[in-house]
Amino acid sequence: MTAVEQTSLGLDNRKLAMWVFLGSEFMFFGAFITAYLLFVNSTAGGPGVELFDIVYTSISSFVLLMSSLTMVLAHNAHVHGDMRRMQLWILATALQGLVFVGGQAYEFIKFYREGLTLADSPFASSFFVLTGFHGLHVTVGIIMLLGLWAYARIGKVRPDQHTKTEIIGLYWHFVDIVWVLIFVVVYLIPYESV
Amino acid sequence: MASTTAPTKSPSVFTRPTAKTGLWSWMTTTDHKRIGIMYFWTVLVFFALGGVTAWIIRTQLSMAESSVVTEEVYNQAFTLHGLTMVFLVVMPLGAAFFNYLMPLQIGARDVAFPRLNAFSYWVFLFGGLFLYSSALWGAVPNGGWFGYAPLSTQIPGYNMAFYAMGLQIVGISSLAAAVNFITTILNMRAPGMTLMRMPVFTWMTLITNFLLLFALPIIAVALFMLQFDVSFGTQFFQPATGGDPILWQHLFWLFGHPEVYIMILPAMGLVSEVMPTFSRKPLFGYSAMVFAGVAIGFIGFGVWAHHMFTSAVGPVARSAFGLTTMFIAVPTGIKIFNWVFTMWGGKIRFTTAMLFSVGFVSMFTIGGLSGVTHAIVPHDAQQTDTYWVVAHFHYVLFGGALFGLISGIYYYFPKVTGKLLNEKLGKWHFWTWLIGFNLTFGPMHMSGLLGQPRRTAVLPGELGGDVLLYNQLSTIGLLVLTFSALIFLVNLIRSIRNGEASGDDPWDARTLEWSIPSPTPYVNFKDIPVVTARDDFWEKKYAESEDGEVRRIPVGASEDHDDGHDDGMHDSHGNHIHMPDSSWWPLVTPLGMCVLGYGVVFVSPVTIAVGALVMMVGMFGWILEPLAEGDDDVDVDATAGAH
Repeated sequence: MTAVEQTSLGLDNRKLAMWVFLGSEFMFFGAFITAYLLFVNSTAGGPGVELFDIVYTSISSFVLLMSSLTMVLAHNAHVHGDMRRMQLWILATALQGLVFVGGQAYEFIKFYREGLTLADSPFASSFFVLTGFHGLHVTVGIIMLLGLWAYARIGKVRPDQHTKTEIIGLYWHFVDIVWVLIFVVVYLIPYESV
Repeated sequence: MASTTAPTKSPSVFTRPTAKTGLWSWMTTTDHKRIGIMYFWTVLVFFALGGVTAWIIRTQLSMAESSVVTEEVYNQAFTLHGLTMVFLVVMPLGAAFFNYLMPLQIGARDVAFPRLNAFSYWVFLFGGLFLYSSALWGAVPNGGWFGYAPLSTQIPGYNMAFYAMGLQIVGISSLAAAVNFITTILNMRAPGMTLMRMPVFTWMTLITNFLLLFALPIIAVALFMLQFDVSFGTQFFQPATGGDPILWQHLFWLFGHPEVYIMILPAMGLVSEVMPTFSRKPLFGYSAMVFAGVAIGFIGFGVWAHHMFTSAVGPVARSAFGLTTMFIAVPTGIKIFNWVFTMWGGKIRFTTAMLFSVGFVSMFTIGGLSGVTHAIVPHDAQQTDTYWVVAHFHYVLFGGALFGLISGIYYYFPKVTGKLLNEKLGKWHFWTWLIGFNLTFGPMHMSGLLGQPRRTAVLPGELGGDVLLYNQLSTIGLLVLTFSALIFLVNLIRSIRNGEASGDDPWDARTLEWSIPSPTPYVNFKDIPVVTARDDFWEKKYAESEDGEVRRIPVGASEDHDDGHDDGMHDSHGNHIHMPDSSWWPLVTPLGMCVLGYGVVFVSPVTIAVGALVMMVGMFGWILEPLAEGDDDVDVDATAGAH
């Protein structure tokens, strides 16, 4: 008996719910990204986009994007019932997430030392809050991954329960895709000061 | 709950709650019917509190230059009134119906995620209490329900921090519910229940929850920005450093206008159930009704700036949003005509439920017409911030949403309790409600056109005797409404105690929920129905002979009652029906959320950390616990058990 065959759309309830939830998340980040675009030049005389170190952030972005690959590998291993490899790839994904969040924390501290603080200007506020909320999402993803990893280790997540890995994967890929948007909008596009 | 297999223990901090009656069984329930009932009673309490704030407002305004309450208290009262009525009354009352009815209408045994459903309720309750707990610190939100930044960020004290966090928590409740309900409707329909066979109420539930899904994140962003501006000194809305004073209005109304439809669509759905039943006709223009609802959902996201015609949005935006606002009257008009044509030529029975539905259509039409005047920009510039606007939105939200929802209460009371609400008291309730409502809000049109400003603590004496008279009429109207609400309360309590037994199908109704016994059995459907038509239950009760005469099919229309040997947990083939068990976890996580909320309001990192930790413990406990004891696989889905 599989629950999936009995649903009206033939899709697992939890998977459908995750898709629905991610639809909501797009609006959430969409609003923050819009606010950032609105305020990109409102630096109130303080530091602005020139602080960004594109090379540094490109590297941490690359790590995050590669974590999507290991996530896919983990799911693939789970589907094939190879729980040892699945755990390995999940752990790798979580570690790459940690590297990204760590890199972001370092970046925040660096900017702070260079004189960009949360309450400085609308630019600073929208930058920190947008990327901060993204970092929070990555952190939640890491907690989910570590939970999945631990439960797989003690056998609470079984080989036939690969939907769990798939759903966490959906969330993880979403967080990555949003970062692609944020990276382009915040770091890559050059803004002329007006 | 009643699981006949020997429960296997799962590792958990709490023992699995197994009580079937009593307080704890309600606290830990995951049954969509019980959750719906809890929503209902909670709403009644908040409605009473909303009434108290209304009395503060109306007492103050019944005299010119009055000083019954200070301006500070007045500001808190009208802010709390708006917040309560919108977020803690109309929205959750809709959710009460979604919970109780929608699974029954699609032939499901529960929602897709029963514990998430319980979670939604507790977050809503705690969010409401959180908002009201601001009174303990003397910091009741006082910047209006709209909380316009940057003005609201300049209010000293914790008032607006409570506003931002309280709404955030209540919003999370609705978001979780939206994900749950959308999944349920899309995925858990009984065999044969195609989308275009779904009852209109279920359709409106689906559309409402999509609106919530896409509108809530926007207000979440706005509230986070406000919270950060108030608590952490960010500069989103501060013009001094280049922040945008209009941004809040855009974000708030980009949520706020879909919110209007979030409040009205459930009522429209209920009216669409009540009208065909009491007109003894199918709903006129079912597909037009559905697509009008969908159109309202879409256009609802494209009209927000009509709340901002007098703000700095520019002439192009004014023209565009004026036009879209007129457009959205079209699908709304389609609906109104469909209801009228449903009644046209029908054998109408004016039960209390039907009276409230007719009241809904007529009062909502008045509110809709005054609404169209806002689309005309020069007109709007004259009437903005006057009582004309207050009159308009009370006609759509009270005369519309609330009338429709009360109609639903009278209609579905037998489904929930197996008893009828008293019709005589019901008619008293309806007529006093209708008169009281029009007496309260009708005169506001006049006082608004004569220039009475809204959101103002003192009624200016120079407006003259006419305006004063209209205000006094409004206050008398509130008295009538209060009296009427008491009649309703008496009716509810008396009918629950010893109301007339209703039987399973007291109204000769049309949809699936009436095909099962009333009150609804624990498992909803003994056997999952196979749906073959729109108005499936009606089609199974009646057949049309060749001369077009409608005749009742003698037997087999309604499901048989328990024969005494049935434990209610098996279908007619003797298969055990899996139902989700009770759980503590949906209660733990919202508690953590509240603690976290206080931490943010008072900027206390320790409290934030404790709250986050409690939330996390709650979630992991939740994950580790199977949906039902004895299921070794958490994947088992409540509806799937029968197969």
